[in-house]
Amino acid sequence: MQGFQILFAAPIFSVQLLIDGILIGAIFALAAYGMALVWGVMKIINFAQGEFVILGGFIAFAFINTGIHPFLGVPLAAVSLYIIGWFLYRLVIVRIVEKDLFISILATFGISIFMQQIMNQIFGADVQTAESGMGTWFLFNNNVTVLQIKVVSFVIALVIGACLALFMKKARLGQAIRATAQNARAARILGIDTDKVYSTTFALNAAICGATGALVLMIWVIQPFMGLAYTIRSFMIVIVAGIGNVAGVIVAGLGLGAVENFAGFILGTEFQAAFVFSLLVVILVWRNFLLKLKRSYLE
Amino acid sequence: MSGHLLEVKDVCKKFGGVVANDNISLSIPEGSIVGLIGPNGSGKTTLFNSIVGYHPIDKGSIHFKGREISNMRVPEIARQGMLRTFQQTHIYGKMTCVQNMQISVSQTNEGFGTMFSKFPPEVMEKADRLLAFVGLYTKRRLMAGDLSFGQQKLLEFAMALMSEPKLLLLDEPTAGINPTLINGMIDRLKRSNADLGITLFVIEHNMRVIMNLAEHIYCLAHGQLLTHGPADKIQYDQKVIDAYLGAK
Amino acid sequence: MNNTGRKFVLYGSILVISLAAPWMLPAYQTQLAFLWMMVLFALTWDLVGGQMGYTSFGNIVFFGVGMYVTAVIQRNLHFDIEEYVHVAGAVDMLTPGQYLAGLFLGLGASTIASVIVAAILGACILAMGMRGQYFGICTLGLGVAAGELASGWEYIGAGSGMVTPVFPDGLGERGVFFYYIFFLLAGILFLTLRWLYSGRFGLAIKAIRDDEDKAEAMGIHTTRYKIIAWCICAFFLSLAGGAAGHLIGFIDPTEVAFAGATFGVWMILMAILGGKGTLWGPVIGAVIFHFTQELFWTYLFGWQRVALGGLIIAVVVFFPQGIMGWLRDRWPERFGYWVEESSGSDPFGDAKP
Repeated sequence: MQGFQILFAAPIFSVQLLIDGILIGAIFALAAYGMALVWGVMKIINFAQGEFVILGGFIAFAFINTGIHPFLGVPLAAVSLYIIGWFLYRLVIVRIVEKDLFISILATFGISIFMQQIMNQIFGADVQTAESGMGTWFLFNNNVTVLQIKVVSFVIALVIGACLALFMKKARLGQAIRATAQNARAARILGIDTDKVYSTTFALNAAICGATGALVLMIWVIQPFMGLAYTIRSFMIVIVAGIGNVAGVIVAGLGLGAVENFAGFILGTEFQAAFVFSLLVVILVWRNFLLKLKRSYLE
Repeated sequence: MSGHLLEVKDVCKKFGGVVANDNISLSIPEGSIVGLIGPNGSGKTTLFNSIVGYHPIDKGSIHFKGREISNMRVPEIARQGMLRTFQQTHIYGKMTCVQNMQISVSQTNEGFGTMFSKFPPEVMEKADRLLAFVGLYTKRRLMAGDLSFGQQKLLEFAMALMSEPKLLLLDEPTAGINPTLINGMIDRLKRSNADLGITLFVIEHNMRVIMNLAEHIYCLAHGQLLTHGPADKIQYDQKVIDAYLGAK
Repeated sequence: MNNTGRKFVLYGSILVISLAAPWMLPAYQTQLAFLWMMVLFALTWDLVGGQMGYTSFGNIVFFGVGMYVTAVIQRNLHFDIEEYVHVAGAVDMLTPGQYLAGLFLGLGASTIASVIVAAILGACILAMGMRGQYFGICTLGLGVAAGELASGWEYIGAGSGMVTPVFPDGLGERGVFFYYIFFLLAGILFLTLRWLYSGRFGLAIKAIRDDEDKAEAMGIHTTRYKIIAWCICAFFLSLAGGAAGHLIGFIDPTEVAFAGATFGVWMILMAILGGKGTLWGPVIGAVIFHFTQELFWTYLFGWQRVALGGLIIAVVVFFPQGIMGWLRDRWPERFGYWVEESSGSDPFGDAKP
C-alpha cells in the first residue's frame, strides 16, 4: 500500500491520476455507448465489443504504417469496422436476434474468441502503439504532465458521441432505431424495417468501437488479447448508468477511468487488470443484492 | 372476520405514479370458492402478485393461516401452502408431463436429505391419477412444451393440485380454452374444492364461469374495491355493471 | 437383446476398452489421459450450464484452485519453500510414498478448498438471484480475475507459476498412472451424475432451467439446488485440476491453471457439440472435440485456435441442439422420447382425484 501513502504525502499525484483517468475514461464511455446501443435495440450483449475495439486499433495501425497521419486512422478504422460489423451481422447475428439468451451469449463470445485468434495470427501477439507526434503540457509547477494527444482523443471521443446523439435524435434512421429499441413489434407494424435497423445498429456499434480502437492506439497500446478488458469496462459502465442514460454513461465512463487509474497506482500495475475484473463482479453482486432487497423482479 | 384462511387488510400498491391497488380489503374463508372480477386494469393481477409475494406492498397487511406474509418471498409463501397459476401458462417445457407433476410435489418438508432421493412410487401414482383427472393421461409422456395452450393450462392446474395447497389463486383459468371444454374446467375446479378441500380464489372475465363457480365475489374497479357479495347478488349489482360498461 | 442387456454391453465394452487403452496405444497415454479430463470438463460444465441452464464462463476457477492447492500441499509437505522457489522445482526426487502422500493429501485439500470457494461464490452470486447474461459475464470476470490474481501472488509463484515434482520411479509409467486417475475421476463423475439426474435433483435443476420463476412459485428451494450443483461441479473440477497440475508438470496461472481461453472455452463447446442437457452428450462431445483438436493441431497449426473459434460460432448458431439433440429429433423413440400418445384409456376412468 505504498501507493496510498504517496498519495497522501503528495496530493498532486492524485491530480495527475485523476486527469489521466478522466481523459481515457471518455474512450471507455464511447465504447460503452456502442454496447448500450446494441443491447437496447437488439437485446444482445456483445461479448466481442472489446475485440471490435482492438481490431479498430490494428486497422488504424495498418493504415498508419502506410504513411497516413494517425488522426486519419480514426475515420478509416470506423468505416472499416462498419463494413466488418455489417458482414458479421449478416453472417451470424441475424440468426441469433430474438433467440434464446444462451445462444446470443455464446455466439458473441465465439466471435470474440475467433477475432482474438485471427488478430493474433495476422498481427502477432506484440503490443502496438502509434506515435501521434504531439507534445506534452506541464501544469501545476511541472508536477502534472498531460499528454496533448490524450486531450485531443478526449475531444474526439466527445465529438463522436455528440454526433451520435444528434443522429439518434434527428435522423430518420436514428429515430427508427430508438423506436425499435422501445418496441420492436410495434415498430415493425408501423412499417419500420427492423432488419435494416438491426444491421445498422450493429454496424454502427462496430464503427464506434473502431474509432475507439484508433484512439486507444494513439494514447495507449493495443494487443490481440486486450479486448476482454474493454468488453468488461463497457458492460460495467452500461450497468451502472442504465441503458438509456447517455449522461450517465459519460459520467460512469469518466469515473471508471479515474478509479482504474487510482487502483493501478495503489495496487500496482500488475493488478490493474485484476482490479477491473474484480470490480465487475463486485458491481454485479451489489446490483443483485439491491434488487433482492427491493424484491424487484426487473432484469 | 378473524380466523379466515386469507385476510387482506387495506393493501396499497403503487407503481411509479399509478395506484394499482388502493386500500383493498378482503377475506377468504377456508374451503370456499371466491371470485375476483373487474374490468381490465382494475388491479386484479397486481393484487394476486401482492398476495403471493411477487412484490412488496406499500401499505396494509396480508395474513395467511393467521401468519403475516407480506414480507415473505414467493418460494416461502408457496411452501406455506399458497400457490398461484398464471395467465400466461407456466410449465416446464423441456420435461415430460409426468416429470412436471413429480417435481410439483409439495416442497414444505423438503430437507437436504430428500433433495437427492428418488420419487417414491406413491408420487408416480398420484401424478398419473391427477393427470387422468385433468384428461392428460394419454399425453403424460409427451414433452410439456409440445402440448397445446389449453392442454398446458390443464397441466399447470394439475401441477398445482399435485402440491396439495391450502389456497390456490387462479388467474383466468378458462381464458384461451375452447368454449366446449370450459364446462369440464368448471367441473374440475369444483371437484378440487369439494373433494380435495382446496380453497380457490379465482380471477375471471367469463361471467358465466365465475357466477357458476364462486360463492362470494369481490369486484375491483380503478384499483379500488367496488363491492362484494354473494354471486347471485353481484350479478345484478348496478355498480358492477356500470364498471364493466364504463360508466363513472 | 433387451434394454438392460444392451446397457450392460455398452458399459461393459467401454470399461474394457478404457482399461486396456493405455497398453494398446502406449504412444498416446498422455493424450488419452487428457481425453478423460475433457470428458470431465464437459460433464461438469453441463451440470450447471446444460441441465440447470446457468451458462458459466468461470468454472475454470475451480480447476485452477484445485491445481494450485494440490501443488502447494505437495511442495510444502516435502520441501523447503524458499529452496523450491529458488530452484524452480524439487532438488531431490521424491520417493513414491512421498509423492503419493502429497498428491492425495493435496487432492483432498483441493476439494475442500474449491467447495468452500463455490459455496461462497454461490452465496454472493446465485443466492442473490443473478441469472442469464449477468451470470455469464460475472463468471467470465471471475475466471479472468482469478488468473490475474494468481499471477501476482508470490507464494504460489506469481507470473512464473509453479513446478510440480518429477514423477518418481517405482510407480510405473507416468502416462499410465495419470490415465487411470483421470479415467477413475471421469467414471465416478459420470456415475454420480447419472444417479443425480435420475431422482429429484435432476428434475429440480431442469425445472430451474425451464422456468426458474415457476419453480420458485411452486416452492422449490432453488437457491439450495443451484449452490449444491455448483459445489459438485467444483468438487470434481478441483480433483481434475490437482491431477492435471502433476501430469503437466508446470503450472502457469493464466495458461494452465486458470486457462479460461483454452479449457474454459472448450468445456462449453464440448458440452454443446455433444448435446447439452443430456448425460451422454457431453461425453460424445468431449471425445469428438479431443480428436478434432488433435487433427487441427497437426494440420492447421497456428490457425487451429482460429478454427476453434469459428467452430464455436458454427455450433452455437447452426447446431445448438448438439449431436444428442439431433439424434433425438431424428429418432425420438430410440432416445427415450415419446411423440405419440400412450395407447389405451387411462386406468382411472373418470376417477375421483
